[in-house]
Amino acid sequence: MDDIAAWFRWLHQTSGIKLTIFYDSYDRSRFLEGFATTLKLSAYCLILSLLLGAFTAWLCGSKIAAVRRAANGFVQLFRNTPPLVQLYFFYFALGPLLPKVGGMPLLGSLGWAVISLTLLEAAFAAEIFRAGIEAVPRAMIEAAESLGYSRAQVFRLVVLPLALRVTMPAMTNNLVNLVKTTTLAYAIAVPELLYMSAQIWSEQVNVPEMMVVLLISYVAIVGIINQVMQWLEARLRVPGFGQ
Amino acid sequence: MSKYYVPARFDVVLALRLRPEQYARADRSSGGSLFTARTGFALLAVLLASVAVAQVQARDLSVSVIELLIKWTPLLAKGFLFNLLISVMAMALGTAAGLLLGFARISLLAPVRGTSWVVVQFFRNAPWLVLLFFVMFLMPFELHFGGVTVPFPDWIKATLGLALPIMANFAEIVRGAVQSIPTAQWDAARSLAFSRRQTLWKIILPQCVKRMLPPWMNWYAILTMATTLASIVGVSEVMTITGRITAAEARTDLLIPIYSYVLLWFFLYCYPIALWTKRLELRYAER
Repeated sequence: MDDIAAWFRWLHQTSGIKLTIFYDSYDRSRFLEGFATTLKLSAYCLILSLLLGAFTAWLCGSKIAAVRRAANGFVQLFRNTPPLVQLYFFYFALGPLLPKVGGMPLLGSLGWAVISLTLLEAAFAAEIFRAGIEAVPRAMIEAAESLGYSRAQVFRLVVLPLALRVTMPAMTNNLVNLVKTTTLAYAIAVPELLYMSAQIWSEQVNVPEMMVVLLISYVAIVGIINQVMQWLEARLRVPGFGQ
Repeated sequence: MSKYYVPARFDVVLALRLRPEQYARADRSSGGSLFTARTGFALLAVLLASVAVAQVQARDLSVSVIELLIKWTPLLAKGFLFNLLISVMAMALGTAAGLLLGFARISLLAPVRGTSWVVVQFFRNAPWLVLLFFVMFLMPFELHFGGVTVPFPDWIKATLGLALPIMANFAEIVRGAVQSIPTAQWDAARSLAFSRRQTLWKIILPQCVKRMLPPWMNWYAILTMATTLASIVGVSEVMTITGRITAAEARTDLLIPIYSYVLLWFFLYCYPIALWTKRLELRYAER
């Protein structure tokens, strides 16, 4: 670790490339905190949006027209308005309405970012789930029914496993988009990767270096997600389908 | 932010996969065009309800929230039009650059293919906001060409920053569309003595237009929504103006109505595009 720090210090002295995050412990801790916040924000939103998305997809197939329409309205509303305006709406317009507990707001900027991004991603996830369920061939369901499966069994043992596999590529896309969208939280001062990097570059005046680090960080996160999802897809592949 | 586009490499993993028209079908089964009006009205109702609530809370104040919204509408409209201007310019730039990059992706020269792959992956996977910062900070505010000084105001830089992800994504659309045309078309053109360039321009691309149009429109809607990001890097567009209005009026009862108002504007612009996109997808898929 010391060797790495020494090398980057040497790099700064000889070439002027100033990567303080490698030798300044304060900058490093800020950067790592930002990284951790981005991952945390993504993880919270991923889990919550999958649950809410599945629930919304289920509501979209409801027998009651009003429920169906409301669920559809939610999906269309969040898909067709700017995510940044949604975030501002939650943080600046709804935020002040919440009661304060001991002088502190009930929900901080991170909380509002989680809520706003979860709703946005849930709208997209709902659409994917719905398409996935519809992509399961009718004949398979009929075959399962003729084998004496109950409706719940058909859903749990036939439709869901197939639908999940079908939606995997779209879900990977969605997850990547989620990680990219967490940068919006910068606008409401959530200490995520972009925000922390901006703090570092405004103090150390090393914009180009931090920019490169930032871009590499995001491309790396996205690359890892793609690899993991691809591996998962290969593992979950249904024998007899595809190549 | 495309939710439609599934990278080509996934195609081999599963025979069952999502196709854009499946999204479209899912939507058609649950409403259709009537639904447009309904959702719009529902939104309006929410807005009006929030205005009404604000009205009740603000009985003692002299100016009502509705009057405030009307008063600031011209300014907001100006800001919104600026967003649309940025979106159109970024789309034009991104499409032109993306077409070239798409050709590079299907080049016969391996180094060109490889380099363009890296470029596409980079700009597709980097967050828009980070790219925007990248262009804002690292581009000079003016350039000297000989004796002429060309200024680069913030909004031009923001337009360039927004065009980058569009370029990369459109390149993938071009590549996907060209590869979806049967090889027999290339062979037939070759046997008729068309050069590769002629084949591409006169035979392959005209057939691609139909396939490229729906995802292209989808990206335009995404771009339009992303223009609000320009406010974060200091361009005075509709979100900046909204922030200034709320600061100037200093009325907490105005916050929900004004943000709903801006949301509504974007919705009324983007939702018809989304519907139209789906209709085109459906029409082309049925053939």
